Amino acid sequence: MIELRNVSKWYGDFQVLDDCSTMVSKGEVVVVCGPSGSGKSTLIKCVNGLEEFQKGEIQFDGISVGNKKTDLPKLRSKIGMVFQNFELYPHLSVVNNIKLAQLKVLKRSKEEADHKTIQLLERVGLADQSLKFPAQLSGGQQQRVAIARALAMDPIAMLFDEPTSALDPEMINEVLDVMVELAKDGMTMMVVTHEMGFARRVAKRIIFMDEGRIEEDCSTDEFFDSQRGVRAEAFLSKILHH
Amino acid sequence: MQYNWDWGVIFREPYQEWIISGIGWTISVSIAAWILAFSLGSIIGILRTTNNRISRRIATVYVEIFRNIPLIVQMFLWYFVFPELLPNDAGMWVKREMPMPEFTTAAVCLGLYTASRVAEQVRSGIQSIGQGQNNAGLATGLTTVQVYRYILLPVGYRIMIPPLTSEFLTIFKNSSVALTIGVLEITAQARQIEEYTFQGFEAFTTATVLYILVTSIVMILMRVVEGRVSIPGMISLGAK
Repeated sequence: MIELRNVSKWYGDFQVLDDCSTMVSKGEVVVVCGPSGSGKSTLIKCVNGLEEFQKGEIQFDGISVGNKKTDLPKLRSKIGMVFQNFELYPHLSVVNNIKLAQLKVLKRSKEEADHKTIQLLERVGLADQSLKFPAQLSGGQQQRVAIARALAMDPIAMLFDEPTSALDPEMINEVLDVMVELAKDGMTMMVVTHEMGFARRVAKRIIFMDEGRIEEDCSTDEFFDSQRGVRAEAFLSKILHH
Repeated sequence: MQYNWDWGVIFREPYQEWIISGIGWTISVSIAAWILAFSLGSIIGILRTTNNRISRRIATVYVEIFRNIPLIVQMFLWYFVFPELLPNDAGMWVKREMPMPEFTTAAVCLGLYTASRVAEQVRSGIQSIGQGQNNAGLATGLTTVQVYRYILLPVGYRIMIPPLTSEFLTIFKNSSVALTIGVLEITAQARQIEEYTFQGFEAFTTATVLYILVTSIVMILMRVVEGRVSIPGMISLGAK
């Protein structure tokens, strides 16, 4: 469903992505990890065209993302995305955050959008918070609203860009639980995260990145059963040993 | 100091009428200029935040030209020089047939000048929101125009209320420069009263009080607006 072929990207002279190739099939959960600055967020943002890339090709559901003629808004409406800092719209209530794109992009009727929104809020366990504004919610609640907002578009795949990195420890699980549920329901997911517990539980494959390159791309079992390379080993020992 | 105070002068005709008509012109020039400044300034400010290099360039040039020439010089340029630069017929029309030439020139000039300052407020307001909100909107399939319309501008204008209030107040004060091209606004009228009666203290005190009165009303109004549109749970949007 998502296919990257030899993707390279530069900021000026600095190369952030170096010849990255991988793919995510339908229903697969793939975790992308690596040290900060390794290009994992940039890579995931290339998938829905939020970041441009200079070389290579990315196909989503058979459509080329980098092609200038591609209708990016239409393509993006099929890909849900969740951000590190939630990025809820601060001036809109929870309900309206989830409804905005349904009304303006999918052109759903108000009733339809309301119905869908309530359904999703129940799914992420926030039905009682619907009239609040983002700033009145905890980080974990905000991130769950953000997931609901992405799901409201009925996406065929979801991208997660460090969804729990900005959360207090006690709120990480409430967000991961929602993501695990989603994975169990068969959603295609590409997840940038350091949550190795989550990776072990739901990921089918792990991609390890360093200095803009994909260093490892293997099944979860292989990755955790120490068939990984030196750099991945060093990275894991840093994040797991405390 | 030998000075014969006579506060009665401001209530005697024709001086009282001059004062009333003066403050009327001050308000008219200011509001006409503000409408222009706010609309044009918003457009220019938005253009400065877009990805299109050409429109960004044009907007930047506009801002740099208009905010870097003293207002009084711009007033003279528009009033005395601009009509000469036009083709004959148009120049003639501006000089002879344009309705209320001093008022129109003053309002346009002050509007164009203030637009450059409003544009900078709009630009910084939008940019303070951050790329993340833009990405979030785009990621759900909104177009860039929709992202501005439904996310960046509603949030941005809320952040901009305090600095825009400042600009609105400044326009009232700057409107006094219009007297240099013959608009009989309140400062001009105060001067005129001084020349006729030698009661300069009374005349200029009156003008001062009227300026403060008008700007106070504006400030109160803007505070009400700010309260009305404030976002629940947010103390200050700018401090995000």
